[in-house]
Amino acid sequence: MLEIKDLHARCDATEILRGINLQVRAGEVHAIMGPNGSGKSTLAHVLAGREDYEVTQGEVLFNGTSLLDMEVEQRAAEGIFMAYQYPVEIPGVSNKYFLKAAMNSIRKHHKQPLIDTMDFLKVLKEKMQLLGMDKSMMERSVNEGFSGGEKKRNEILQMAMLQPKLAVLDETDSGLDIDALRIVADGVNTLRSPERAIIVVTHYQRLLDYIVPDYVHVLAEGRIVRSGDKTLALELEEKGYGFLEALSPSAAAAAV
Amino acid sequence: MPTENALLKEYSEREYEHGFVTDIEADAIAPGLSEDIVRLISSKKDEPEWLLEWRLKAYRHWLTLEEPQWQNVHYPPIDYQAAVYYSAPKQKPLLNSLDEVDPALLETYEKLGIPLEEQKALAGVAVDAIFDSVSVATTYRETLEKEGVIFGPFSDAVHKYPELVKKYLGSVVPSSDNFFAALNSAVFSDGSFCYIPKGVRCPLELSTYFRINAQNTGQFERTLIIAEEGSYVSYLEGCTAPKRDENQLHAAVVELVAMKDAQIKYSTVQNWYPGDAEGKGGIYNFVTKRGVCRGENSKISWTQVETGSAITWKYPSVILQGDNSVGEFYSVAVTANRQQADTGSKMIHIGKNTKSTIISKGISAGRGQNNYRGLVKIQKGATNARNFSQCDSLLIGDRCGAHTFPYIEVRNASAKVEHEASTSKVGEDQIYYCRQRGLPTEDAVNMIVNGFCKEVYDVLPMEFALEARKLLSVSLEGSVG
Repeated sequence: MLEIKDLHARCDATEILRGINLQVRAGEVHAIMGPNGSGKSTLAHVLAGREDYEVTQGEVLFNGTSLLDMEVEQRAAEGIFMAYQYPVEIPGVSNKYFLKAAMNSIRKHHKQPLIDTMDFLKVLKEKMQLLGMDKSMMERSVNEGFSGGEKKRNEILQMAMLQPKLAVLDETDSGLDIDALRIVADGVNTLRSPERAIIVVTHYQRLLDYIVPDYVHVLAEGRIVRSGDKTLALELEEKGYGFLEALSPSAAAAAV
Repeated sequence: MPTENALLKEYSEREYEHGFVTDIEADAIAPGLSEDIVRLISSKKDEPEWLLEWRLKAYRHWLTLEEPQWQNVHYPPIDYQAAVYYSAPKQKPLLNSLDEVDPALLETYEKLGIPLEEQKALAGVAVDAIFDSVSVATTYRETLEKEGVIFGPFSDAVHKYPELVKKYLGSVVPSSDNFFAALNSAVFSDGSFCYIPKGVRCPLELSTYFRINAQNTGQFERTLIIAEEGSYVSYLEGCTAPKRDENQLHAAVVELVAMKDAQIKYSTVQNWYPGDAEGKGGIYNFVTKRGVCRGENSKISWTQVETGSAITWKYPSVILQGDNSVGEFYSVAVTANRQQADTGSKMIHIGKNTKSTIISKGISAGRGQNNYRGLVKIQKGATNARNFSQCDSLLIGDRCGAHTFPYIEVRNASAKVEHEASTSKVGEDQIYYCRQRGLPTEDAVNMIVNGFCKEVYDVLPMEFALEARKLLSVSLEGSVG
């Protein structure tokens, strides 16, 4: 589904991604771990298409089509969804209105008829129950005055409504207590399917107890320095990111 | 950033869709202003002697005044002798039905989306159409007459209801009030007059559509609304003008009188030609709007959506004279390109337990300059007066400006006055977030701006709320769509 080849990207003059290679097939869950500043979030935003980052080398194919030529909203319409680490507030725009507008915009892109309001509300109600969200959340402005947990839950709700092909969860666990973490993880797990791929970007292993990945990749200094199965996450948890130093590109360079 | 630049570009290229000119023969007088011109206007309208005297008094007072300079807007000096003070489409002097209206005029209003044929008109809205200096058509007059509601051209009212006009004209905004009010009082051509008798809830929304067509013509209309005890009226006002390279002056006066238990809701969607991207042309919209809550428990609400005009300069105000009376002001003002706005409200609390609310939303884009200026005055006798003011500014791009000038004068210790203000920018992160959910940039900006204005839209009458949203998205879309 997703093929990243030798991806280099920078923000202003700083090169952050320095040759990422990654293959994600439909149905798989990949975890991207790594210390602060390793480029995890940058990778997520480059996939989403954030314009602050400039891709200087490499390519990204999404179902065989080059992703890097697409606008942000076009990528969204093609089925890429990102759950934000810091969801943005939009005062005066109700959550419900926002969601419906987003769904219709994507439908318009695919030349599909607009969603029926009754159908929309029915599905919305179901998904909200699943995530333990109060009905009143729908009338509130997008993320405005939401607690950290509410914001993250709201991201997963959007994902559940938009039904993306590829979901990228950027530090979805940050700022969550253990109960909220469980609810959010359960929400994500119900969205696991043979047609959908999920990339979980996280600093801590904790989230992966609940969203069990098929693969774990460790990012350091803009490169994937190690890949493995879920046990790699446990190893990291045990040894800390310090043990990566031996594997990091700069350490390798120093050794030469 | 690329998105922001694109937005700025769209804003500066925003097109004005009502910029066409109607080719119609006009009866216009020579440019210039003098006592003779004032007399000529009065005689063209076949006015009674007292009104001519009233005009002349205003004119003589105007001569002693200087154009105000304190407002935070900039424009070259206006040559008052170069303007034409009266222009009317040539047609029969008195209209008995819409069939007698010039088809070119009907077509003009059709184009503007305001059909004047009653069967096509918006259900539940009576329209008075004002073209340059005169009222050309009023719809649903019969329906209103049944309820005793008087609604129609000001010049008609002068002949048919002279006692009412005489009693209330200048009673809220005296002809000596300010420079532009004095000018208007001297040369006003027409406008709408509206009278709601005691206990009547006006069955229709009343609406006036103003259109400036002729070149070099100032538009000086007067609106007078009187709501007798226990009555209710909702009044809507819309404005457009053709694209012209020179600036045109629009100096109107609106007076509202609400008696005991009466309620007046006055809404404006102002879309005068704003000038081009370089600031050439456009309307100078210098207007005095004031209402008085004369009786107990009366209420006056001003709601305005201002997207047009090169310069907007006005402060719809409420004098809260009756005990327990309520004044409200809700405003959305957009300045794009090189538009300037200095607008806000004045709430003068005189009676006990009087309450006022000011919600102002200013949106600046391009090189637009948006000023909020407001006065909350609590007089000595206004025990337990309350005011809440909120002024929010939204900036799009980094070449525009937003300024807030609140004035608060309190002379009664039991008063409670609150003022909140905020300034925010349409964030790159907000746009990015919306786009990641599938919304194109323009839709995202529209959504963010509309969200910002929500508190004001919520109090606009339904039809106008839709129009306001459309208008705002046109402003935002630029030449697209």
